[in-house]
Amino acid sequence: MSKEIEVPELGFFALIRYAWRQLTSMRTALILLMLMGIAAIPGSLIPQRITNQIAVRDLFSTNPDLAKWYDRFSLFDVYGSPWFSAIYILLFISLIGCVLPRSVEHYKAMRAQPPITPKNLSRLEHHHEFAGDAQSMERASVWFKKNRFRVRKEGNSISAEKGFLRETGNLLFHLSLILILVGVSFGSLLGMRGEAIVSVGERFVNVATSYDSLSFGKLTGEKSLPTFEIKLDKFVGQYDPVTNAPKDYTAWVTIKENGSTYKKVIKVNKPLTFGDTRVYLQANGYSPVVTVRDSQGNVALQGPIPFLPQDGNLRSIGSIKVPDAEPQIGFVSSFVPTNARTTDQGAVSIFPELLDPKLLFSIWKGDLGLDSGIPQSVYRIDTSKLEKVGLGSVKPGETFTYPEGSITLETVVPWINLQIVKDPGKSYALIGGILAVLGLLSSLYGRRRRIWVRITSGGVEVAGLAKNSAPGLDVEIENFVNAIRGEK
Amino acid sequence: MLTTWAYISNYFVYSAMAVFTISFIAHAFETAFAVRAPEAADSTEGNLLLKTLDYKRTEKSARIATAMMILGFILLLAGIVARGISNGHVPWGNMYEFSITGALAFTGAYLAALRKYDLRWLGLFVSVSVLLTLGTAITLLYRNSAPLVPALKSTWLVIHVLAAIISGGVFLLANVVAGAYLYLDRLESRGPRPGWLQRVPSLEVLDQLSYRLVAFVFPLWTFAVIAGAIWAESAWGRYWGWDPKETWAFITWVAYAAYLHARVTVGWRGRRAAWLCIFAGSTFLFNYVYVNVWGTGKHTYSGL
Ligand code: HEM
Repeated sequence: MSKEIEVPELGFFALIRYAWRQLTSMRTALILLMLMGIAAIPGSLIPQRITNQIAVRDLFSTNPDLAKWYDRFSLFDVYGSPWFSAIYILLFISLIGCVLPRSVEHYKAMRAQPPITPKNLSRLEHHHEFAGDAQSMERASVWFKKNRFRVRKEGNSISAEKGFLRETGNLLFHLSLILILVGVSFGSLLGMRGEAIVSVGERFVNVATSYDSLSFGKLTGEKSLPTFEIKLDKFVGQYDPVTNAPKDYTAWVTIKENGSTYKKVIKVNKPLTFGDTRVYLQANGYSPVVTVRDSQGNVALQGPIPFLPQDGNLRSIGSIKVPDAEPQIGFVSSFVPTNARTTDQGAVSIFPELLDPKLLFSIWKGDLGLDSGIPQSVYRIDTSKLEKVGLGSVKPGETFTYPEGSITLETVVPWINLQIVKDPGKSYALIGGILAVLGLLSSLYGRRRRIWVRITSGGVEVAGLAKNSAPGLDVEIENFVNAIRGEK
Repeated sequence: MLTTWAYISNYFVYSAMAVFTISFIAHAFETAFAVRAPEAADSTEGNLLLKTLDYKRTEKSARIATAMMILGFILLLAGIVARGISNGHVPWGNMYEFSITGALAFTGAYLAALRKYDLRWLGLFVSVSVLLTLGTAITLLYRNSAPLVPALKSTWLVIHVLAAIISGGVFLLANVVAGAYLYLDRLESRGPRPGWLQRVPSLEVLDQLSYRLVAFVFPLWTFAVIAGAIWAESAWGRYWGWDPKETWAFITWVAYAAYLHARVTVGWRGRRAAWLCIFAGSTFLFNYVYVNVWGTGKHTYSGL
């Protein structure tokens, strides 16, 4: 407290040194640590853009004022916000400022001899005094050696020390936290992440335009995408017949890379690996394969259209847009893999597999608005400039005809969502994590202690000191004393 | 066949509950009947009305209490193993399974600590909490055995969840001890402890004990978080995504790190340390209850 009064009198460099010392003090570290914990809380209570974009958008429409205020304080991006970054950057500066000098100190301490035996051993803990002779000294040396203490002999006394692993482990732990952070930063600066929906039979080529969404770290870009191709040959989702819960997803793919072609299987916990890029099976759904014809019978659209699942039984919604028809045609549709009708909800699906698939739609004509420049969801149609011309439904192989043309449901194929991730910092973070655990173990279970023994005219004196009042030294010293007395 | 195992599992869990109930009654009996009313002959000196404890009279019920606790542990373990057989995978796929395993870990932490410390005073509390947990689990959280959703099929799940559940059991035990510390601290500031609490060790011992428990499992919790990250990397394509469950695991980790720092480097002891310990433990509980039940995110699976 009294230090604060001195501040105005300090010169510039002294001020900096003062600030540095404050920042790297233990109390500041503790406060920052607690702040970091508290700062992480709002991100788990308020929807975050990185995890739940839709909920954020919903909040903007239901409660725009609140949302605006949240946004002003980066509460939708807590973990990338300036204040969160400020806390962890300060914490890590503090950590570095504390740990590096301590590492140097510790290194020196490890090479230095144990401190000499204090004059008055009776003031220390675990003090024992008993009769003994020169042999006692010999036995003490042997015991220390056997128990791997570092010793310093000086005249009629020995000081011995053990347990440097505790401090070593502690430093290792804190240093590995820095390594983890380095790994995380590498990943976010040099990594990439993207997603792409691929229907069975389709081919994914790893270039930027193949992605539905794609983002790069600040220091990298499209050139970093490795070249490969993935063709989705087959996908099977298995579901439990009782609970309808998914049991297993498997995708069979053919890969083309560096001129070679081979087959692979992707599962949820088994991604594909291309160097430090990995390809994950993330989600799946169904793509009705449709053919839309105009009134003359010319094909205006043909192919699989991915639909977006809405529930566990994969009732899905989607839109079939036919901009090449004259006039433009749009189908606002839903798809059910196992059709059942309820009186209140209309068509529902009662099982996620394709047992009785059905495509239901309303047909609209007019301007689909695709040229307006406003980005549109592929799953929805803006019907404000359209006119409804009918309602219908088809099962595979069936054709539905309306005045402007017809739609045929050829078949239904699954689609999968591939998540493609490059994270070059991952292995650093992993190594950091492993070292952190090892460091913690030796730091929290290690015990640093000193034992002194001295031959005096009256006999032998023994005392010990445990750092951080670690337990167990009393027992150890008793063993030691017994050993000196030749009792064990 | 597999349904049979599910029934067997349920019978084991019910039997464990019955046995824990006996343990609870025996602990209660012990606590209640060990107290001796002050005798006239005792009142020669200062503490006139201080009740005394005489555990000789309740030796038998104490033995029964601990024996039943061990038996309950074994039955519960059998129930969990049977559940695993019926599932065809480790029984950590939903909240019912997490809860019964958590109760097992809590009992196990208590029994393990009992071997080293004289902790039987905690037994009453442990048996009540285990009974409440099992009761809630079997009535509110029960789900039929089901296959795992694909993302949960991983060896890392076994490792991660096991480490997390054990850590949780020990964290909660540390919290109980810290809570006992705060309660007794308040009582003692007003006067001597009532008779039935004399069994509980001194404040310093409680303070040390809760620290020891935390220091003992903190590395395991760190490991649990890292194992979770490894699993998330292979299942979801990122090792850390600030999903609510991950966020709260992180908060718990930071809170306990702060607690250890406060003790080791700043020298906090006693009341402040106990509060910080309880705060850290609450973040763990919050994660378990709130995020599983009301949360959104990838960790909220099919119907709890
Ligand atoms: C900002 C900087 C930090 C500094 C200056 C710092 C410094 C220290 C020091 C000096 C110790 C004492 C070790 C001993 O006396 O044996 C310690 C222990 C510890 N620190 Fe840190 N630390 C920092 C950040 C962190 C962070 C971010 C974490 C984890 C979240 C952490 C977790 C721990 C743990 C678990 C211990 C072990 C406590 C024990 O020995 O019982 N520290 N730290």
